[in-house]
Amino acid sequence: MRAVDAIIECLKAEGVEHLFGIPGGANLPTYDALYDAGIRHIQCRHEQGAGHAAEGYAKASGKVGVALATSGPGATNLVTAIADAHMDSVPCVFITGQVRTELIGTDGFQEADVTGITMPIVKHSFLIQDPREIPRTIHEAFHIARTGRPGPVLVDIPQDLSRADIPYEPIDLDKISLPGYQPTTEGNAKQIRLAAKALAHARRPVIYGGGGIINANAAEEFRQFCTSDKFPVTLTLMGLGALPGDHPQFLGMLGMHGTRTANYAMDEADLIVAVGARFDDRVTGKLSEFAPRAKFVHIDIDPAEISKNVPAHIPIVGDAKKVLPKLTAEYRALGADPKRLDAWWERIRGWQKKYPLRYDETPDGEIKPQRMIETLYEVTGGDAIITSDVGQHQMWTAQYYKFKRPRQWINSGGLGTMGFGLPSAMGAKVARPDETVICVAGDGSLIMTVQELATCVTENIPVKVFIMNNGYLGMVRQWQELFWNRRYCAVEMGPSPDWVKLAEAFGCKGMRCTDKNELADAMREAIAHDGPVVLDIHVTREENCFPMIPAGAPVREMVG
Amino acid sequence: MGEPATSEILDLDRLEATGGLRTGRRHTLSLLVENKPGVLARIAGLFARRGFNIDSLAVGPTQDQTLSRITLTVDGAQHPIDQVTKQLHKLVNVIKIRDLAPDESVRRELALFKIAADAESRDQVVQLAEIFRGRVVDISRRSLVVELTGTDDKIEAFEELVKPFGLIEMVRTGEIAVARGRSAT
Repeated sequence: MRAVDAIIECLKAEGVEHLFGIPGGANLPTYDALYDAGIRHIQCRHEQGAGHAAEGYAKASGKVGVALATSGPGATNLVTAIADAHMDSVPCVFITGQVRTELIGTDGFQEADVTGITMPIVKHSFLIQDPREIPRTIHEAFHIARTGRPGPVLVDIPQDLSRADIPYEPIDLDKISLPGYQPTTEGNAKQIRLAAKALAHARRPVIYGGGGIINANAAEEFRQFCTSDKFPVTLTLMGLGALPGDHPQFLGMLGMHGTRTANYAMDEADLIVAVGARFDDRVTGKLSEFAPRAKFVHIDIDPAEISKNVPAHIPIVGDAKKVLPKLTAEYRALGADPKRLDAWWERIRGWQKKYPLRYDETPDGEIKPQRMIETLYEVTGGDAIITSDVGQHQMWTAQYYKFKRPRQWINSGGLGTMGFGLPSAMGAKVARPDETVICVAGDGSLIMTVQELATCVTENIPVKVFIMNNGYLGMVRQWQELFWNRRYCAVEMGPSPDWVKLAEAFGCKGMRCTDKNELADAMREAIAHDGPVVLDIHVTREENCFPMIPAGAPVREMVG
Repeated sequence: MGEPATSEILDLDRLEATGGLRTGRRHTLSLLVENKPGVLARIAGLFARRGFNIDSLAVGPTQDQTLSRITLTVDGAQHPIDQVTKQLHKLVNVIKIRDLAPDESVRRELALFKIAADAESRDQVVQLAEIFRGRVVDISRRSLVVELTGTDDKIEAFEELVKPFGLIEMVRTGEIAVARGRSAT
């Protein structure tokens, strides 16, 4: 069997139904095999788009996303998506073509050392050197991508090897095992007991949940843990949806643009239980003054995250799905008195009352960006899958859209990749064709990957792009305003493009809205339209995203 | 979106101070790794990205053909070395890592010294080599090559002693180490 036909067999065995990619010289054999393979291939317009689409697909479905690219520029175009998947622990397999083996190292046409380039940003990578290794390698790549702390795996296949005639026997997937890769999943029973005891003694506990809960498909286990007592809960940007946004114990997102309540609660907590979260600098603010009174329980599948930024008093290495039920059971068995938390809740309710998320409504038709997200929430009943780009609109969406469930909120947290929104929405829509998928885009971000509108039209992927258009690189402008004396440099977007005409040129429906009284109807019309839509929403130009912890400052110095 | 939200200019001394000079003990890390292409690059890259300088590095086969042993020595304060060993553990090709404490391990290095020595000074050099239990492995009219094994202290002591004769060059293998006692490294 041709090695490329074996690849298709392996992909099918892994349950792959959709691929995103672009063909080129070095992966021509793979595309020949795809011709009648019965796997849907979405032909993207740029490899970065294919990569983010694979991420969006993975985040929406929980399955491994797969993107294909050719050698050289095809592979280097994937690099941003690979780095993004690495930072946000997204299970993806990237299969790149490589030049023929005899050309490797000779600066051959379209040659790039993609395994070398991506070494610091992959969970693992393989450069195929023997075509007989291909089937096992594909399975190992999927195994590594989806287990443990998920992440991107790259498989680089030289063109000549992919044409080789190899013996192929289906491989038993349960027998894929790598000696140097054995993630710890169960969690140490003694440590879990200690954590339960610490919780029972805590007077001011806070549960701090992150994207790991969503990756572990452990939202239900997390909810049960949080409600095993009246524990206050905050979630990271990546963790939103792990507990419903309107849950009475939810304090809102924490961190740089989190709620004051969540950040103040962390600041005064005596015990913080981190679940699948990594104490990112956007969460901690000034590290030396972060949660100064707290002891830390840190539950994470990746031992390297524990005590990386904040020393953990009770480290628990394991899978949240397995650890949380044990912790819940241990805690319940202790029969702690819930009344001990009353004073803490009183303090928290005080903050909630004093510092709700707020903005000043305009007297005329002008649309405040916060209002745009609130309207979106109302129009969609809070049920849509929302993707976003990176910047102010992302933070406002995180603040004002009360995500109900995991995998509903898809954005680029760690790498902060502008241009992530549209292609990831495309991937999410392919994974979840029956759901409304909306990309809340920034005008600065969308232009970076706007070519994927062509993919949406051609491949019939009806995503809805709602641009929060303020004519600026808004977050950068905000920083220049607040910290650089309003010396606005290179943040003005100018009059180009005309988004409606651009959308129409791509074959999408183009719409514009500049009046808040027409916004809900415009959104409804866009959602009801049978096909991809770009809705250009003009919002207040110089609105700032608050509250905010200035970077490197302690939580207590929140502004706005 | 750079760090601390301030347009204040940073002076170089302050930058250096926050960079953190690493003054902890020297670490000898013994890694059992899969014998596959690219493994060394992954490991070396990890150290470089975290600002560690690898002092010495030795790679060789083990009794198991599929595995290689990498022994490397680095300077590091305890905290960052923990982070590096954890990151090393995450590399799929790395099977086992041990940070060998000096009193729990036997450590050796091999060095070859090419020393300028004519008929007049030759005896003195040979005598020094004997004291250090070195061996003369090559000789010419105007030079000697001495082979020496030992800890880095011993090798460096010998280096100091032969320098006055004219040390043409010194080649060292990098340290290898094995845990003391019955259990495997």
